[in-house]
Amino acid sequence: MRELMLGNKAIARGLFEAGVCFVSSYPGTPSTEITEEAAKFDEIYCEWAPNEKVAMESAFGASLAGRRAFCGQKHVGLNVAADPLFTMSYTGVNAGLVVVVADDAGMHSSQNEQDSRHYAIAAKVPMLEPSDSAEALEFTKLAYEISEMFDTPVIIKMCTRIAHSQSLVETHERIDVKKTYEKNIPKYVMMPGNAKKRHPIVEERTRNLIDYAEKTPLNREEIFSDKVGIITSSTCYQYVKEVFGDSVSVLKLGMVNPLPPELIKNFAAKVKKLFVVEELDDVIESFVKSLGIAVEGKNILPNIDEFSQNLIAKSFGKLVDSGKLTVDGNLADKLTNSLKTDNCELTTDIPPRPPVMCAGCPHRGLFYTLKKNKCTVLGDIGCYTLGAVPPLGAIEMTLCMGASIGATHGFNKMLGKESENKTVGVIGDSTFVHSGMTGLANVAYNQSNSTIIILDNSITGMTGHQQNPTTGFNIKGDPAGKINLEALVKAMGIERVKVVDPYNLKECDEVLKEELKAAEPSVIISRRPCALLKYVKHNPPLKVNSEKCIGCKSCMKIGCPAISMKDGKAVVDSTQCVGCNVCSQLCPKKAFE
Amino acid sequence: MKTKNIIIVGVGGQGSLLASKILGHLLLSQGYDVKVSEVHGMSQRGGSVITYVRFGDKVYSPVVDKGEADFIVSFEILETARWLDYLKPDGQIVTNTQQIDPMPVITGAAKYPENLVEKMKAKNFKVDAMNCLELAKKAGSQKAVNIVLLGRLSHYFDIPEEAWQKSLEANVPPKFLELNKKAFELGKIAEG
Repeated sequence: MRELMLGNKAIARGLFEAGVCFVSSYPGTPSTEITEEAAKFDEIYCEWAPNEKVAMESAFGASLAGRRAFCGQKHVGLNVAADPLFTMSYTGVNAGLVVVVADDAGMHSSQNEQDSRHYAIAAKVPMLEPSDSAEALEFTKLAYEISEMFDTPVIIKMCTRIAHSQSLVETHERIDVKKTYEKNIPKYVMMPGNAKKRHPIVEERTRNLIDYAEKTPLNREEIFSDKVGIITSSTCYQYVKEVFGDSVSVLKLGMVNPLPPELIKNFAAKVKKLFVVEELDDVIESFVKSLGIAVEGKNILPNIDEFSQNLIAKSFGKLVDSGKLTVDGNLADKLTNSLKTDNCELTTDIPPRPPVMCAGCPHRGLFYTLKKNKCTVLGDIGCYTLGAVPPLGAIEMTLCMGASIGATHGFNKMLGKESENKTVGVIGDSTFVHSGMTGLANVAYNQSNSTIIILDNSITGMTGHQQNPTTGFNIKGDPAGKINLEALVKAMGIERVKVVDPYNLKECDEVLKEELKAAEPSVIISRRPCALLKYVKHNPPLKVNSEKCIGCKSCMKIGCPAISMKDGKAVVDSTQCVGCNVCSQLCPKKAFE
Repeated sequence: MKTKNIIIVGVGGQGSLLASKILGHLLLSQGYDVKVSEVHGMSQRGGSVITYVRFGDKVYSPVVDKGEADFIVSFEILETARWLDYLKPDGQIVTNTQQIDPMPVITGAAKYPENLVEKMKAKNFKVDAMNCLELAKKAGSQKAVNIVLLGRLSHYFDIPEEAWQKSLEANVPPKFLELNKKAFELGKIAEG
């Protein structure tokens, strides 16, 4: 059946058709929907793991047991899972093991735009790169064959534009694959004596994979011209085809590690001028240059941000315009025309619309309290990173998952009393379990006088509401184990643990002051479920009594998208307000009714 | 057929994902190659969001670039203005006139520009503007803004009404189908 399918859903369909039995992942944009969609198949056991490292190790265990296994993550998630990945390359697999890494060039929802292809090279594992949903599905199935044929984990690299685009796919039936587990200490116990013997096997495997890459239909030539040849992959292939159609020759790489030297040499020999079009780093270009072939790429295209058809047309248009590249008349016109920018616009200034905390977001009251107390706030990864945005502007640092606690510890150790009474680390419930717990172990063990606030909104919010070990439910919404945060923190040796309701500003303020004053580590749990959760009951929207409102703008300090000023008075947007009452606690005239 | 491009713009949380899902389903049923591209995650939290819908004989790029859109379908008038440079010189705008203040306007750091529809018309943009929120409320739910817009958009497509109805049925939960059909009809007959 032909249907329109999201790239991530196509990966999940590929997992189903490949007979995959086990999926373990940690959510991260743009990879989350793979696991959510896989969980809709009863034939696949799916779970959210506490973090990517645990997910990958669990998938490895499932592969060892003889069942095809999968683990998906965003690019920065692979940093967390890099440890098992590098040594899984040595052990190899039993049943097929495939890993998706979804890059986010353009940083639509990420803290950096690292290029994950370096991981495939460094870990010496094959990497496939689909360019649409149909390929996402087919490459996933093929990845399991490669994994078992070459005894290696296989990485599939996605990017935002493939993961979150829908295109046509053909679906097929599921196959059944089961292998038996056999004890094999030299293969699976990676201590020095065994690992020394596995490393040459990895190198031999890479040589075999290069032979495979030379012949696989994953890599294909589209020969249309002897003037210009472009080597490309992934979404860049689509942009290249959009701009050039069938007027240039293309070497489309579906397998980006290892690269095929002979195929590239042959292709280069067929064209007068050779280019590489790739987003972010010059991975393919450097390889082509290492073969002694003249090629252009990053000299005309950027190594930052994502590409588009216009960007590619303009980059080549400049070459044509300056006489450095000669192409046929029609194409030359098309490319140089792209340099003209005569798009219509209004002359009016358009105010930006940055993302904001939703109306009724439980984080808002807590961040207001932190700002009011002039705290130095070291933040973390989640919706609450928006606490850095005006008018709250409370967060002063965000690095990576879990870093709030480690950084607060180091900050306080160095500045002592100067910072201990005003510095806090803030971290979400899911992020705390992901990699905050080890940071807190350090606070408890090495005794910094740190105050850590766990923002417990009972869900993994930013990625679109995934369950986690503190929510009491599993990926299917069924009851599951539930970590008791208070008991956990106490068991680590933190004596001072307080729970506050972030809708109650007075309580937040009192507890914060008390815990900052304390001469020992403390944890405040700010607990209230995300206002967008379906089970959360909302109060009726508030209204401003315009006779009472004096236009003092006290309620505007919390940056609620449902409140604005019209004709000198506050007004509430009833379509957004959920009646959380945080604003009314700030009103000196009790004008909110 | 040369590839046609639609961008759907609005404020995160307004329901553009359902609109693009219905459009994708409809265009596929008409035998086109279709690509729909959307952005998830951080920007959806009340930020400016854009969805791309492309259809034709063969579609390559999943995104629409500046100067390429045949249609802008917009949930909010400031967002219409923000993405205007994506429109082709003869492109058509179908927009809700609803205003949602962005945070810089709420905090007083910026002003919400006035008379945007008039300004667009003065620049010879082809604007079909209507208060979709009112029409959606009339249909029974303020959440049906997306379907009102689709009803309006259906004017500009040579696709049978039946096919639109089928795509609605396939993508809307049965208990909201009547409401959405009404919203579609109100959008379709609205005075632009």
